[in-house]
Amino acid sequence: MTSRVVHSTRASRIGMSVAAVLILVLLTVPWWGDRATMRLLVEIFYILALAQLWNLLAGYGGLVSVGQQAFIGLGGYLLFILVIFLDIGTIWTVPMAGILGAVISLPIAFIVFRLRGHYFAIGTWVVAEVFLLGFAQVKALGGGSGMSLPIAAIKSIAASRADRDATIYWLALALAVAVIAGIYLLLRSRYGLALTAIRDSEEASRSLGVDNFRAKLMVFILAAFGTSAIGALIYITKIRITPSAAFDINWTVTIIFIVVIGGIGSIEGPIVGTLIFFLLREPLAPYGTWYLILLGVTAVAVMLKAPKGLWGLFSERFDIALFPVQRRLLLGTDDKPG
Amino acid sequence: MIEWVNSIVQGVLTGGLYALFAAGLAIIFGVMRLVNIAHGDLIVLAAFVAMVTIETTGVDPFVSMVAVLPFMFFFGYVLQRGILNYTLGDDLLPPLLVTFGISIVIQNLLLEIFSADSQRLKAGPIEVSSVELVEGIELGTLPLIVFVIAVALIFALQIGFSRTRLGRAFRATSDDPSTARLMGINQKHIFGLAMAVSLVLVAIAGIFIGIRTNFDPALGPTRLLFAFEAVIIGGLGSMWGTLAGGVILGVAQNIGAKIDPGWQFLAGHIAFLVILVLRPNGLFPRTRDD
Amino acid sequence: MSLLEIRNLDAFYGDFQALFGFDFDLEEHETVAAIGANGAGKTTLLRAITGMVAATSEVLSYRGESIQSREAADIVALGVAMVPEGRRLFPSLSVEENLVIGGYSGRPGRWSLERVYELFPALRNRRSVPGTALSGGEQQMTAIGRALMSNPDLILFDELSLGLAPVVVKEIYEVLPVIKAEGTAMVVVEQDINRALEVADRVYCLQEGRLALTGAPGDLTRDRISAAYFGT
Ligand SMILES: Nc1ncnc2c1ncn2[C@@H]1O[C@H](COP(=O)(O)OP(=O)(O)O)[C@@H](O)[C@H]1O
Ligand SMILES: [Mg+2]
Repeated sequence: MTSRVVHSTRASRIGMSVAAVLILVLLTVPWWGDRATMRLLVEIFYILALAQLWNLLAGYGGLVSVGQQAFIGLGGYLLFILVIFLDIGTIWTVPMAGILGAVISLPIAFIVFRLRGHYFAIGTWVVAEVFLLGFAQVKALGGGSGMSLPIAAIKSIAASRADRDATIYWLALALAVAVIAGIYLLLRSRYGLALTAIRDSEEASRSLGVDNFRAKLMVFILAAFGTSAIGALIYITKIRITPSAAFDINWTVTIIFIVVIGGIGSIEGPIVGTLIFFLLREPLAPYGTWYLILLGVTAVAVMLKAPKGLWGLFSERFDIALFPVQRRLLLGTDDKPG
Repeated sequence: MIEWVNSIVQGVLTGGLYALFAAGLAIIFGVMRLVNIAHGDLIVLAAFVAMVTIETTGVDPFVSMVAVLPFMFFFGYVLQRGILNYTLGDDLLPPLLVTFGISIVIQNLLLEIFSADSQRLKAGPIEVSSVELVEGIELGTLPLIVFVIAVALIFALQIGFSRTRLGRAFRATSDDPSTARLMGINQKHIFGLAMAVSLVLVAIAGIFIGIRTNFDPALGPTRLLFAFEAVIIGGLGSMWGTLAGGVILGVAQNIGAKIDPGWQFLAGHIAFLVILVLRPNGLFPRTRDD
Repeated sequence: MSLLEIRNLDAFYGDFQALFGFDFDLEEHETVAAIGANGAGKTTLLRAITGMVAATSEVLSYRGESIQSREAADIVALGVAMVPEGRRLFPSLSVEENLVIGGYSGRPGRWSLERVYELFPALRNRRSVPGTALSGGEQQMTAIGRALMSNPDLILFDELSLGLAPVVVKEIYEVLPVIKAEGTAMVVVEQDINRALEVADRVYCLQEGRLALTGAPGDLTRDRISAAYFGT
């Protein structure tokens, strides 16, 4: 038992060192990388961050939301509103969108927390639909056909295109690192144990004195904060927004497939899932629909055969955890499986 | 004034269809606590199966049910026993994520095979005929037939639940699955049958969508949301609650559309959220606690 | 051939082991009592017989047929019925529906709704109320009637007297001879040792998942039983 603990600590120490080196290398990309590479990396960063946040919600908070696109789109629209109507500096909209998204998530939580378990999932989806249809009605934001960022707002990021690209790149990298580090620290804190306990058994955790409602609410708000901020960043890179793209369920589809295939309930899982998603996407992009079908079939198979995902298989086989946080409590079940 | 009454009447007719979507969802939730995220896509799948049946045999959409209903019954049973039964347990994630994955797979397979084009099942002259109730309120014959059949089906389901051996087994399993097994009820089989019955309703709903409106592979998710909203609005007390939920949703949407066409679905969703806040257990909740 | 033969039974709830190398035998028509303190493993034993808990064993057979990894529903169809701890009536079913669903497996035999109502006349007037609207004693009667409706050759009773007033317990125990007279074998799990000893041909005493003592009630002294029951 002792040797096991030492072993994982060493793995995690190696993991941390590799992560630190990797971050340093990634920081230098704007000086040597080309534009396409940077664009791809930015996309990887924000998808990875979104996947981590969804994993925090579903994998630890037990809040399976299929409506996180509500906050992505909201963050995107907040960018446009803050820039165009309030004249806020473009980059500053990212943290502000996060804060406003967190504030708006409170009344949303008030509604969807009335729905338990499975129903919660679809309830969040309804909320996202309301956002989609609602924003499409707002004429000042271009209605259903959306709007573009003014040139001045783009220029305000940095004068030259290269500097703009670099700024956006560093911002995306910072967000991804901050999200992962934040979740890691959160899970290592005493809240982490509470969350894991809730995810494993609501009843048992209640008997342990965990305040389920408060812990879940906190996770929901944190996820809304991060997702809205990332939403603003995404639309800084996209420049154009429409309700149907901003509130597209496919955001959440992608995120869920990444987390499920990589491994739900671990920090490593979404990283593995994101890498696989982008590695396969490049060669399979021409097959469009079939790529989604393949992901769907893989996700279903993983959920049935290896519910902890590819990372779960790997870490069980080699007993390795790069980001060790408290593991699941195993409780007996009432019936024979099956 | 009469225009508003007309909107409400049309909404009631649409609501019958929504109740059909919802009944299938309510059954499987009742029996096995499973929310099937692929429900809407299965409705669309059924419409496409009907379309192929009609194109290959030349029969009328109503006649196509003879083939489509047994097919979907069988499909539901196999889906449940082959995949979904393995996801059921204490953990909520597997059933949700597996049905979510199935939803995406069905949607994209349909897209690949049939393209994104809108389709319609042609029912002949009945499509355009209507009856005038009073001046200013005209009921389309087809929506009326759909509504009457929906109500009749809900009635039949309610009877089936309360009077038949299978209905008792459904209710017992819903109450207490492990004690139900001690009665000699094979849970896996019962779950299979529940999904099969659910997909028969889905098949009827899919064919009705096909003849009442256009459909395409992307239609599923919104139909799932309508079904879900109708179930929650109605509460889980009885199939009649589900019918009421469907009707309320249909009326809300029609009133919204009357105010502004862009408000049709938005009004439905908002009505749902308002009811959720005011009556979290729906309008006709189960009387006992569980 | 015995009706039920169990050799070296281990039963588990997840990682927790509740029975250890348990041996158990039951002859046709025999009544056996299983006693033991709370948590000794009595319910688990009944669950293992009906296939409701993860278990391994050398032998777990019913009339010579292995029921080791059979579905609960199949075991019931072979003629095993359970009156579970806490009655567990179905709340959305009426009293009569609760009885009817007991016969779900369709095993032919001597029991019918009519005969159950003869055995428990109190239930007849209450046939259409929900099972949960009954008093504790009536609920227990319904649970017994529900088990009888499957025309079992073996009934497993779990904590028959738990939570019932003494007069009601007496009334319930009076029907056991009637059921026995039909040739039905019974396993009676009880915390009320005296009750159990009265009806049993043999007694098994469980302690912390293991067999502590077994024998005919007449051969066992009170001291030996309480030693086995409480552990010394
Ligand atoms: N569902 C369950 N999950 C985990 N442990 C259980 C479960 N049911 C019973 N146990 C444990 O198994 C042991 C035996 O329980 P049980 O068979 O119910 O005892 P008895 O019926 O003799 O009171 C006890 O320690 C109990 O805590
Ligand atoms: Mg017990």
